[in-house]
Amino acid sequence: MATRPSSWATKSAWLLAKDLKCEFRTRYALNAILMFALTTLTVVSFSMGVFSLNPRITSSLFWLVIFFSSMSGLAQVFVKEEESRTVNLLKLVANPSTVLLGKLLFNLVLLLLLEIVVVPLFIILMNLSILNLWLFLSVLVLGSLGLVCATTIIAAIISKAHVKGALFAVLSFPILLPLLITAIDGTRLSIEGETFSAGWSDLRLLISYLVVMFTASILLFDFVWSE
Amino acid sequence: MEAKNLGKWFGKRKVFDRINFSLEEKSSLVVTGKNGSGKTTLLKILCGFIRPSKGEVLISFNGKTLNQDEGRNLLGLVMPDLELYGELTALENLVFLSRIRGLDPDKDKLKEKIAMVGLSEREDDLVFSFSSGMKQRLKYAFALLLDPGILLLDEPTTNLDQEGISLVDQIVSWQRERGILILATNKKADLKYGDQTIQLGN
Repeated sequence: MATRPSSWATKSAWLLAKDLKCEFRTRYALNAILMFALTTLTVVSFSMGVFSLNPRITSSLFWLVIFFSSMSGLAQVFVKEEESRTVNLLKLVANPSTVLLGKLLFNLVLLLLLEIVVVPLFIILMNLSILNLWLFLSVLVLGSLGLVCATTIIAAIISKAHVKGALFAVLSFPILLPLLITAIDGTRLSIEGETFSAGWSDLRLLISYLVVMFTASILLFDFVWSE
Repeated sequence: MEAKNLGKWFGKRKVFDRINFSLEEKSSLVVTGKNGSGKTTLLKILCGFIRPSKGEVLISFNGKTLNQDEGRNLLGLVMPDLELYGELTALENLVFLSRIRGLDPDKDKLKEKIAMVGLSEREDDLVFSFSSGMKQRLKYAFALLLDPGILLLDEPTTNLDQEGISLVDQIVSWQRERGILILATNKKADLKYGDQTIQLGN
């Protein structure tokens, strides 16, 4: 077999393709995410749908649905490799940066699929009118990228632990809190129809969070990956 | 491959200390010892899966010391702690593993590797459906994918039938003639494969 100088990105794409193929054959994370999302959405819409909620509560509920649904699947990305004992195989054939990028992309695809289902359903069930759609979409995209970066590195850390669930909660709470507070505030502004410049401080915070989290993931992952 | 003063502790528990060896091409090492003596841990350190508490492992090729990425591409490994993807077929596993190692997968050659370990009739079946012996055979197909310069085998005949054990014998003999072989085992009969022996747990 001929050797070809595959780039870091190409190898990560192969890892993503493998993960997607495995996921669609088993639906290990996808089923958990979608079922959790639909259950939460149904509960929220039945209990709150009849009231006219203010934008602060609506945006909090929106991010809570996304956060808790995604947690049930995104955290599994490394746990699954550990549990099926394929983690050493991956360590042997791929360098840490390839693995990190591949797993980040996989979690991003999962979150995208979740949001394709959840966002329109939430808007319909909660009878939500978003007055500044571009601000809403910007907050959603940046918030999702930040969420993926943070959960992927937390997932890598907890996959080594015996009490994964407890450790995930302990680690994710302080790390994700700034992201959630900012995303909720940005979403509220978009629902209220504030201008893009009014939401700029939230967007700036979300961009900073994303840059910090991505950089920290790259720096940390080598140590986390190699026991 | 050279191991210099390797030591490993898990917390306060010492697994092993002061392990030194040097292996040239066409040489072999057998690592032996009781259960829990650190054979698998030593192999994991040699592969770069875990860090030693002290010492270092150097892999050189044509007089040049390789970095971890380059060194990893010379390794073939079969161990109980290393499984292939159950959700992929045997052939898909080898295609993926070739690609992520930067190889252009030639399916005919991959099929040859699968045939070599006696699994050609099951190459398109999901690995989930394989017996433990068949999974072990497939691990050998993966380990030989790159015609590895260094082949590491941990409990190499686990789950294999007599035909499988003969296959391992062939692979071991072939590797000793062309590269480096490191074998971790509990079986006294396997000591014959090593030019050097390390007894752990003393």
